Amino acid sequence: MNQPVFATWNDPDAKPLIQFRNVTKRFGDFTAIDDLTQDIFEKEFFALLGPSGCGKTTMMRMLAGFDMPSEGQIFIAGQDMARIPPNKRAVNMMFQSYALFPHLSVWDNIAFGLKREGKDKEAINARVEEMLRLTRLSKFAKRKPHQISGGQRQRVALARSLAKAPKLLLLDEPLGALDKKLRQDTQFELMDIQEKTGTTFVIVTHDQEEAMTVASRVAVMDEGRIIQVATPAQIYEAPNSVYVADFIGDVNIISGRAKPTGEKVAIQWAEGQPDILGTTTTKFDAGQEIHFAIRPEKVAISTEEPLDAANKLQGKVLDIAYLGNISTYHVELPTGHVIKAQTANTRRLSRRQITWEDPVWISFTDTAGVLLER
Amino acid sequence: MRRFVLIAVPYLWLVALFLIPFVIVLKIALSDVALARPPYLPQLDITGGWDSIRTFFSELDFENFWFLTTDDLYWKAYLSSLQIALFSTTLTLLVGYPIAYGMARAAPEWRPTLLMLVILPFWTSFLIRVYAWMGILSNEGLLNQFLLWLGVINEPLTILNTNAAVYIGIVYTYLPFMILPIYSALERMDDSLLEAAEDLGCSRLSAFWLVTIPLSKNGIIAGCFLVFIPVIGEFVIPSLLGGSGTLMIGKVLWEEFFSNRDWPVASAVAVILLLILVIPIILFQRNEQKQREAEG
Ligand SMILES: Nc1ncnc2c1ncn2[C@@H]1O[C@H](COP(=O)(O)OP(=O)(O)OP(=O)(O)O)[C@@H](O)[C@H]1O
Ligand SMILES: [Mg+2]
Repeated sequence: MNQPVFATWNDPDAKPLIQFRNVTKRFGDFTAIDDLTQDIFEKEFFALLGPSGCGKTTMMRMLAGFDMPSEGQIFIAGQDMARIPPNKRAVNMMFQSYALFPHLSVWDNIAFGLKREGKDKEAINARVEEMLRLTRLSKFAKRKPHQISGGQRQRVALARSLAKAPKLLLLDEPLGALDKKLRQDTQFELMDIQEKTGTTFVIVTHDQEEAMTVASRVAVMDEGRIIQVATPAQIYEAPNSVYVADFIGDVNIISGRAKPTGEKVAIQWAEGQPDILGTTTTKFDAGQEIHFAIRPEKVAISTEEPLDAANKLQGKVLDIAYLGNISTYHVELPTGHVIKAQTANTRRLSRRQITWEDPVWISFTDTAGVLLER
Repeated sequence: MRRFVLIAVPYLWLVALFLIPFVIVLKIALSDVALARPPYLPQLDITGGWDSIRTFFSELDFENFWFLTTDDLYWKAYLSSLQIALFSTTLTLLVGYPIAYGMARAAPEWRPTLLMLVILPFWTSFLIRVYAWMGILSNEGLLNQFLLWLGVINEPLTILNTNAAVYIGIVYTYLPFMILPIYSALERMDDSLLEAAEDLGCSRLSAFWLVTIPLSKNGIIAGCFLVFIPVIGEFVIPSLLGGSGTLMIGKVLWEEFFSNRDWPVASAVAVILLLILVIPIILFQRNEQKQREAEG
């Protein structure tokens, strides 16, 4: 988990680069963005995460100037963007559909924006070559977009948006079509560019790992609203809702009624089962609905009863998913709940001691999970 | 076998509808005019055996083609046809492009209706429509009456029987051939390309020049050829709307054929016309091919 070196968003004096103020965007009677207020600061690497159709692209398009908010205002560097056309904004966007010019070669596609700036030939040449090298496209410079592969096209689109070195870069799923190795390399290139040039990035991705790797902050969206904005570590460790916990990574959710007991909260979740103990800073009333969310890697599994665990439950192994470095055990409790527990495979497979149908104990500490109201 | 049939069909088509008629016309062009029926000699008589075939071929010559070079009427007519075709193609493009652009930008539910409106004139006879233009353009025609009524002019303009009327007629008649290919190119264009261009610093206008025009280039080329090729040989429009000063090879051809009853010279004129047209037709085909490759 990368701890951000800077955290401008916590600095009350910092001036945000981008400000969404009560922005609503409607298409006909469909609300794509619903009363959204959000600040994004300079030099941030801001990731938008959310299910398909939740409004990520719409947010980007409003920043780039292709769509106007139905209500509310957007400020970039303190300036109201309402009357600024796309070509007058120091913003470049990489389109989800790439939008490469089919009549131009890869080289000319990348040079397109530079030529509009009226730079001299030498400078353009140097910059395009640099971009080609960066995206490993030098070999394809002379080809037309229809003569290269999908992943190569995506890289051309990325190179084209990077070429002008804008103040704000909007990347709509920039790496989705790349293989894992190339994607990781490109992620690091992007972070490198970000560090070197101080460009602000807003990036849409469907890949949580990517968001975790590159982002300074992650915004989890649903149906036109931002549900939570936080650093990747916070999003993962301290989600503010079942929705966020469920959306990012793997999670076990157990719902029940709260029973505050001193510093801790006990959750009554099933007849005849011991209460689950958890810690929280939020206040829960007795009998209030409460959800306990715990990541599988924080659930321990053993054949013998653990002695000093705050929470322990008995069940039997329903399924084992072997993922190479780790294994996930699906443990069925007598109540029918299925809890996932993850262990690192430090031993060879043949020496694994737990297998299907085995009766097992699962256990976790009282600080391992989070307690959520909704 | 299936492959063979598939290939054979278009070739049979070509042979039956192009090659055979062409050979017949060429044969007439190589014959001499005669007071006979049909009005040229020699006639091929296969019943006479080898000898008569040989004499038939020995009597064919290029005299008529030579004749075309002796009278400057012919090359002037060819040249003026090319000129008129070139100019009216440009005019049609200038009128047609904005229409096609407007259609492609119109709301999707309107497009079929607009297309229908473009094609609608084809449902009435071409001749009737040209006659209608005579009614509009003549000295007492609708246009002059309207302009007089507006007070823009004091006396009727002479439009009918001038080249201007010919241009109006050609642009009117051939406009759909220009609009349709351009429209189909523009309609296929992805709007996000214009957004990308603007995002990269283009104004609306420069995005149009740098993206829209190049992407509709093949449509423009196709439309221009579809207008240019038939206009060179156009006969009805210049004879009905044009004046004595309008010189077009189609009109010359018609006069040779029907007024002079000189079939051989008329055929020679037609053969040369065809040879001139072969060049743009080949260019047109190449453009279509290139487009298919780019899309494939
Ligand atoms: N021009 C439009 N007209 C009508 N509805 C639209 C338009 N553009 C977007 N929408 C709707 O707005 C919602 C948000 O769209 P958007 O493109 O922002 O989704 P997204 O979060 O980018 O999804 P994905 O991850 O699939 O790209 C969707 O439900 C979409 O159908
Ligand atoms: Mg999207």
